[in-house]
Formats: sequence, structure tokens, C-alpha cells
Amino acid sequence: MATVQGLATTMTTLPETFFSSPSSRSIQFPAVVAGRRHHVAQSQRRITVVGLRSDGGVSFSNQGAGHRGLHLIPTAVASTAEASASSATAKPGHELLLFEALREGLEEEMDRDPLVCVMGEDVGHYGGSYKVTKGLANKFGDLRVLDTPIAENSFTGMGIGAAMTGLRPIVEGMNMGFLLLAFNQISNNCGMLHYTSGGQFTIPIVIRGPGGVGRQLGAEHSQRLESYFQSVPGLQMVACSTSYNAKGLMKAAIRSENPVILFEHVLLYNLKERIPDEEYICCLEEAEMVRPGEHITILTYSRMRYHVMQAAKTLVNKGYDPEVIDIRSLKPFDLYTIGNSVKKTHRVLIVEECMRTGGIGASLRAAIMENFWDYLDTPIECLSSQDVPTPYAGTLEDWTVVQPPQIVAAVEKLCCM
Amino acid sequence: IKNPNGYKQQVPNKPEPPPAPPFPHSSSLLNLQLITREVGLELYEDMALGRSFKDMCAQMYDKGKVFGYVHLYNGQEAVSTGFIKLLKQSDSIVSAYRCHVHALSKGVPARALMSELFGKTTGCCRGQGGSMHMFSKEHNLLGGFAFIGEGIPVATGAAFYSKYRRDVLKEKCDDVALAFFGDGTCNNGQFFECLNMAALWKLPIVFVVQNNLWAMNTSQLRATSDPEIWKKGPAFGMPGIHVDGMDVLKVREVAKEAIGRARRGEGPTLVECEAYLLRGHSVLDPDEPPDRGM
Repeated sequence: MATVQGLATTMTTLPETFFSSPSSRSIQFPAVVAGRRHHVAQSQRRITVVGLRSDGGVSFSNQGAGHRGLHLIPTAVASTAEASASSATAKPGHELLLFEALREGLEEEMDRDPLVCVMGEDVGHYGGSYKVTKGLANKFGDLRVLDTPIAENSFTGMGIGAAMTGLRPIVEGMNMGFLLLAFNQISNNCGMLHYTSGGQFTIPIVIRGPGGVGRQLGAEHSQRLESYFQSVPGLQMVACSTSYNAKGLMKAAIRSENPVILFEHVLLYNLKERIPDEEYICCLEEAEMVRPGEHITILTYSRMRYHVMQAAKTLVNKGYDPEVIDIRSLKPFDLYTIGNSVKKTHRVLIVEECMRTGGIGASLRAAIMENFWDYLDTPIECLSSQDVPTPYAGTLEDWTVVQPPQIVAAVEKLCCM
Repeated sequence: IKNPNGYKQQVPNKPEPPPAPPFPHSSSLLNLQLITREVGLELYEDMALGRSFKDMCAQMYDKGKVFGYVHLYNGQEAVSTGFIKLLKQSDSIVSAYRCHVHALSKGVPARALMSELFGKTTGCCRGQGGSMHMFSKEHNLLGGFAFIGEGIPVATGAAFYSKYRRDVLKEKCDDVALAFFGDGTCNNGQFFECLNMAALWKLPIVFVVQNNLWAMNTSQLRATSDPEIWKKGPAFGMPGIHVDGMDVLKVREVAKEAIGRARRGEGPTLVECEAYLLRGHSVLDPDEPPDRGM
């Protein structure tokens, strides 16, 4: 481990060529340095900072307007699904919208296990406000797809009591925000009952529903409850973002013996994707590698994944190589995947739709700093929604949520530190 | 104490007494069914166990062996015994923080309960729950809840499962669920929401109100617009009965009908048992409340 004095000494003994010269010699650093590779073209005067990192590696970075010139990729399309775990295009499958994928997963599990049942408002005869349970009441009956009165606290508690005694219910909140009314049951019983009963009872319940900022739905229908629930001990939280992982996570959550909250997003229900015909589930605790890269790790989930990928197109055009990870598991974090990425890129940007204060990003930032401090070259940047109620007006609403240009700017700032 | 791990469920054959008229507003001595000596002894033993357990809890608390909250049940033993002694092992009960005597009546060994109060791993919840969170999977005691009202939906869920087994899984199942709670809970939203759902789906559940006229330290009359809680049952489409909760035979008679109704699939019942708590809300309250005259 180098000390500060050692750093100074090392810097003075480095040859002159490592520092930029006024000449227009272009220097490339193709060498592999501590596992990373920089292709840097210098065509004009710039300050090169040489840093000696605590693990003994040497890093070079440019302060300036960023990498340019040599590294323009003509067909800059941020690669999405092909390289990632959702290798759906590898096999012939069928195309589904996200809500249909959820329904398919739900139906498969209800076919497989007669103890699986659904309860919620409008889920039965109406088929669900977002059509996730369409047709299921006709197939399975009114008791298995139960239309409840508008009493979230009580029907969530009813689901918990049923789960304790033997059923495997899926409780649907018509909007995640309504689950605020069920906070008593979710916190005290869903989360803690397994513990306070000394392990005697398990609560294999799935609580799911759409949340997030929609299109001008107003403040109360645009809430992000993942930040409120993340402190509740005993809960597991996952967020789906594609048809593939929606179906996989739904099935895994139903099969899990733990209480799982599955966060869906109002604006993602109509995403179309090709998913495999054969049965599959996604691991609840695993993050998804959306786009491997070298320069910076961008951690995101749910709808912000798409804003990040849109920003990634711009970034790739500009010569950056972001690694995009959809964390999927909001509690617990998949620190294995995230850690490996941090060790590779040394820069982290978190992009989330949660509120800035006390959000998922805040916890993730703390977790990464706690575990991977030595691998970080820059402070962790966290882009979150503003700490304001979501306005109704569309332009104002857009300003409260992270947009792709902000992501691009943040990456540029971090990569030039 | 004989047979600490269970309780005698089967009542021996006795001659059929004349049927009592359904749901009198309060049962009178004339309508009581006779019980045998064995049943009488069983009920007495259960009530005496409950009383002595609670007295011992209070003693242990005063000696500094038990911490936190301890809520005594002295005076309401008839409600617990009257109802729970009619249940099978597979029936579920749910209570709130005043759950020790319910647990004893359901068959949880007194040793396991006292160990739990002492915070020992041999307690029924391994010392993790404490006084207010008594659970027993074996005896289908679903809690033990610290917040009032939050156990009622859990009991509704247990009743839902029973109905699900009957109607969806086509099993022979006549398990019922009993929810015990106080008069203060009857002003809470979860109470009304569950009355609605239970009556709507005809769930096999009995809602038992232990009305001691005091919600903690506020008189029920100062907190409730209509203090006659049994009247709230018919508002939701289920029978509401009022009974003297300090007379175990009267309670048992009403319980028999209510539980029978649930077992037959006729739906829920609301039973209000008026029974005074002789030692106040919890051990932290003085035995002689300072100003209980309103």
C-alpha cells in the first residue's frame, strides 16, 4: 500500500514522457493497467494526472473535454439484451408485453400449485387495472382470484393470515402508493412475524403492484415506495424492468418462502420483448448485466434502466464505455455483481427514480462505499428524483425525474475526474 | 397439572337438553345447558390456571424477572375458557397483546409461555417475541400482536384459508378462526373492514370483543359514539350478541352457537363479552385507577 509520501516520490521518478508535452505527439496508453485498458488519444495539450492507487496500480486519466477523435464508433448502438442474462434472442420464443409476461408467470404458478391465489382490487372480474390478472378469474374461480373491497390494510393482513396458515397469496396493490395504507401489516406482520414467532411461521406472500412516476398521474399516484419499505426488516424487494425478468421474478417470488415485494412500473407495462417458451425463473437476489463496459458502472433499476440505455447511446458515440447493471434486487443488494463491476471500472453512477433522501440509491451508495471503498477512483454519484411531490404539469414532472442528458453529464464528469 | 401439552376436547355423551332459543341479547339462567362434572372441572382448571399464571406474571414483573409490558387478564378468564375450550387443535385463534391466557386455553404449555416472558430460548418464540407476541404453530395460535386491530385481518386470513380448502381444494375442512380483541379495537378501521369482508364471503370466523369498558385508560363511553358493540354486527350482515363475559357458562353457550354457525359455513358472528379487567390495562397501571368515575 502506497503512502502519500510514497506517491509523491513515485511521481517525481516517473519519466517525463508520462506527462503531456506541448508538442503534438499523440500518446496512446494501450497497456493494461491494473486490469483496465485505456485508449487515450492526445492530440492537444492536456494535463495528465498520474495516480497511484492504494492497491499498487497506476491510473492515468485526462482532465479536459473528454476522449475524442480517435474513438468514434460509427454504429453506436448501446448493446442491450444480447450480451446480458436475458439472452432471449438466443432461443426462439414468443413476444409478450410486460403485463402479459406477468400474467403468464402468474398463470403458470397457479397451474402448478393450487395454493397460489391472488387478492386485490379489481383483479377478478375486471381482470386487473393493468390487465395482469385478465382471464384468471374465469379459469380459476372467484375465490382464487379474489376481488377485495377497498381495504388495503385488512386484505393485506388477510393475505398474511392466509400465508401463515398455508396459502401462497399474491396481494396486488392497484397502485403501489395504496400500500401506504397497508404499512401496518407489511411492516409488523409481513416483515417481522417470522422473527417474532421464533421462526414458527413463514409468510410466503408476494405483494406486487405498479409504482413510479407515470404520465401526469399526480403526486399521490406517483410514489416510489421502495424507499419506505427498504428499512422494514424481513422483507425482500425486487423490481422488474423487462418482460423477461418480470415473468422470471414473478415466478421466483411466488415460489419463495419469504415475503417478497415486487415493484412494477406504470410506464413499463407495454414493453414488448421476446421471451423463451420453456419455463424459467430469475434469481431474486441477482442483478442483471445489461451492457458490459470498462469505464464506469451505472447502477439502475426499473424505468431508469431505459433512460440509462438511451444515455448510453450518446455516451458510446462520445467514446465512453459504460457498464450498465440493472440491480433488480433492491433488498438485498447483489453486491457480488456490483462489486465485480466496481473493481473493474472504479467509477459508479447510480441512476434511480427514488427520492434523493433515504432512497435506494442512498443505501446502495453506503453499501458500496462500505465494501468497495478501496476500488473507487471517484466519489459515487447518485442521480435521483427531486425531493418534491410529483407535479401534475408534464414539464415540471419531467424535471423531477432523472433524464438522459443528466446521465450523460454525470458520466462525463465522473470519467474526467 | 395434568396433560400440559393438550386439553381434553371431546365432551362425553350427555342427554340432549332442550335447544336454547337462538341469540338472546343476553342469556339468562333459564337457558343454560347443563354440563357434566368433567366439563365443569375442565373449565374450572383452565380458568384457575389462567388466573394463577397471570398473578405469577405480575409477581415476576415486580421482582424484575420480566420486562417490558405485561398485560394481565384477571377477570376475563371466562371469555377465554368459554370459547377456546370448544375448539379443536386445528382451529386458529388470534389475540392482541393480552394473549397469555388465550395461549394457555389453547394448550400452549405454561412453561413455554413463562420462558418466553423471561426471554429464554426455551420460550415458545425462542425469546424473540416476548409478552405481546406469543405464537404457536402446533396449537394454531397465530399471535400475539402489539398493535390493536392488526390481528383481526390475520384471523380473517386464517378463516379464508379454511374456506379455500373447502371450496377450492375440495377438502373436508371445518376449521374456524377466532379473533379476540377489546372494546378500543372496535373503533379501529381494521375491525370494520374485516367485519365487512368476513360477512361478504361468509368466512368461518367469530369476532370476540372483550369489553372491559376501558380502552387503556380512556372510558369506552368517551371514545365510542355507540358503545353497544354487539349492534355493529347486524350493520354488516352478521348476528351480534351481547353476553356477560364473567360467567363462563353463559359465554360457553353463546360460543357454542357462534362456532357452530361458522363450522356449518353460515358465516361470521360478533360476540360482545362484557368482562371487567380487575387489574387494569397492564402491570404499569395502578390497581386502583385514580379517577375511574367519569
